Amino acid sequence: MRRRLTPYLLALPSWLWLAAFLVVPLAAMASVSTQTGNVVDGFAQTFSFGNYADALGRYSTQLVRSLLYGGAATLAMLAIGYPVAYWIAFRGGSRKSMYLFLLLLPFFVSFVLRTIAWGFLLADDGILFGTLKGWGLLSPDFHVLATSFAVIAGLTYNWLPFMILPIYVGLERVDPRVIEAAYDLYATRFTVFRRVVLPLSLPGVFAGVLMTFVPAVADPINAQILGGTNNTMIGNIIQVEYLTNNNYPTASALSFTLMAVLLVGIFAYARALGTENVLEAAAR
Amino acid sequence: MSSGRLLKAYTWLVIIWLSSPIAVMILFGFNDKKSKSNTSWQGFTLKWYHQLFEIDGLTSALVTSLLIAVVSTAVTVVLGTLLGLALGRHRFRGQGVTNFLVFAAISTPELVMGASLLSLFVSANLPRDALTITIAHVLFSLSFVTVTVRARVLTLDPALEEAAKDLGATPWATFRQVTLPAIMPGVAAGAMLAFALSVDDYVVTSFVNGSTMTFPLWIVASVKTGIPPQVNVMGTLIFGIGVVIAVANSIAARRRA
Repeated sequence: MRRRLTPYLLALPSWLWLAAFLVVPLAAMASVSTQTGNVVDGFAQTFSFGNYADALGRYSTQLVRSLLYGGAATLAMLAIGYPVAYWIAFRGGSRKSMYLFLLLLPFFVSFVLRTIAWGFLLADDGILFGTLKGWGLLSPDFHVLATSFAVIAGLTYNWLPFMILPIYVGLERVDPRVIEAAYDLYATRFTVFRRVVLPLSLPGVFAGVLMTFVPAVADPINAQILGGTNNTMIGNIIQVEYLTNNNYPTASALSFTLMAVLLVGIFAYARALGTENVLEAAAR
Repeated sequence: MSSGRLLKAYTWLVIIWLSSPIAVMILFGFNDKKSKSNTSWQGFTLKWYHQLFEIDGLTSALVTSLLIAVVSTAVTVVLGTLLGLALGRHRFRGQGVTNFLVFAAISTPELVMGASLLSLFVSANLPRDALTITIAHVLFSLSFVTVTVRARVLTLDPALEEAAKDLGATPWATFRQVTLPAIMPGVAAGAMLAFALSVDDYVVTSFVNGSTMTFPLWIVASVKTGIPPQVNVMGTLIFGIGVVIAVANSIAARRRA
């Protein structure tokens, strides 16, 4: 009897935590999203689903922009990261873990701090462009900060290791004998890559896309620090609506829409792959 | 140049790119800046290292961050280790739902997590302070510790525990002297991850902090007025300590193996 109860007792504290602080808050947010009122007089539940239409009408630009920036950054990470993962997995030799460690170095610096430092590098009069301008190699009007490029570059910079690692794990699992077999059957190097290595690495690519696209779309920091005033993303809007305007219903409706858009994708993804696989990739 | 060499050079280029902001952060901790902005190099100084703790708000924000990280890590490690054991060692009803919840907590965007927690705290009229920050940090670290411990539990040979029981060990003694030491590397890795996630978090914290300031929140708040070089120095020291711990840990792991 006691043994049967053990797993439940072990899981109970975490269940309570996840129920109280993940499930209940999401329900609270769903409830707030259809309320009306203001912060002074209080909010009341009126099932006003018009909040969603209203929020989307006002902020569809930022929502679409976030998906575009996140998507562009994810594609950039994939293009930049895949060759790195490939080289470390197949040619890293005995130094594989050293290369992985070097790729993870940025994580020893606080996320906001490294975004700010990246902003330093891109600053108009900073050590990079300031110097080039001093030498007359760049026009004095040249600037990168406060452009969409700066935000996408920041997002790419911040999550690149999360793209490289799962792809690396996927490639690392490819059995070298399978590749040898392909060569024995007279496949060219390109064919081996396209028909053998690439398909086998796809689960890693999927995990990488998942781990980078979601946080990149919902990130407020890069747009705030690198984007100036014309590149506001949905994360900034939600923060301002919640924390500055105290417009909880609109902010909740926006958060819910964002989550719906992202989670529908995630769970479709996880169903296709199995949550265990995705979690395992996430744990590495 | 062969394609292998080309890729090697390319990999190094990416590593340098990823590390360049770190170099900038370290460098500007030594910058003898005169004006308010700290973006151009004006000479070498150790001044900011001497005056490291002279900005009260910054120092107390750092202390708050470290305290919250210690407490939330302790709670997370207990909860996550127990759940990791349950998921890795046992088959039980509700396992699928539990896996789903663990997965949901990892994949919920931070922004949504912060916003939903604030919705709850606002609805329940709960004041936001260090306690609500700690609650949130445990929430987003829990899944990572669980997954790390579970992975370790799965590599464990159940025969070890059976042997301990056959030798007359009580369940508690078996846990203390056999199971726990065996899963310890997973628990330690989870604890380090939880600590790092907590100290680093900006997004979730920004929703549930009330007027409490953590290190990342203080930094973002000071972007507009100019970030004092002390922030760079603190970042540099945290970076150095983190790297030393990680390297020592991997050397120790290699020795054990």
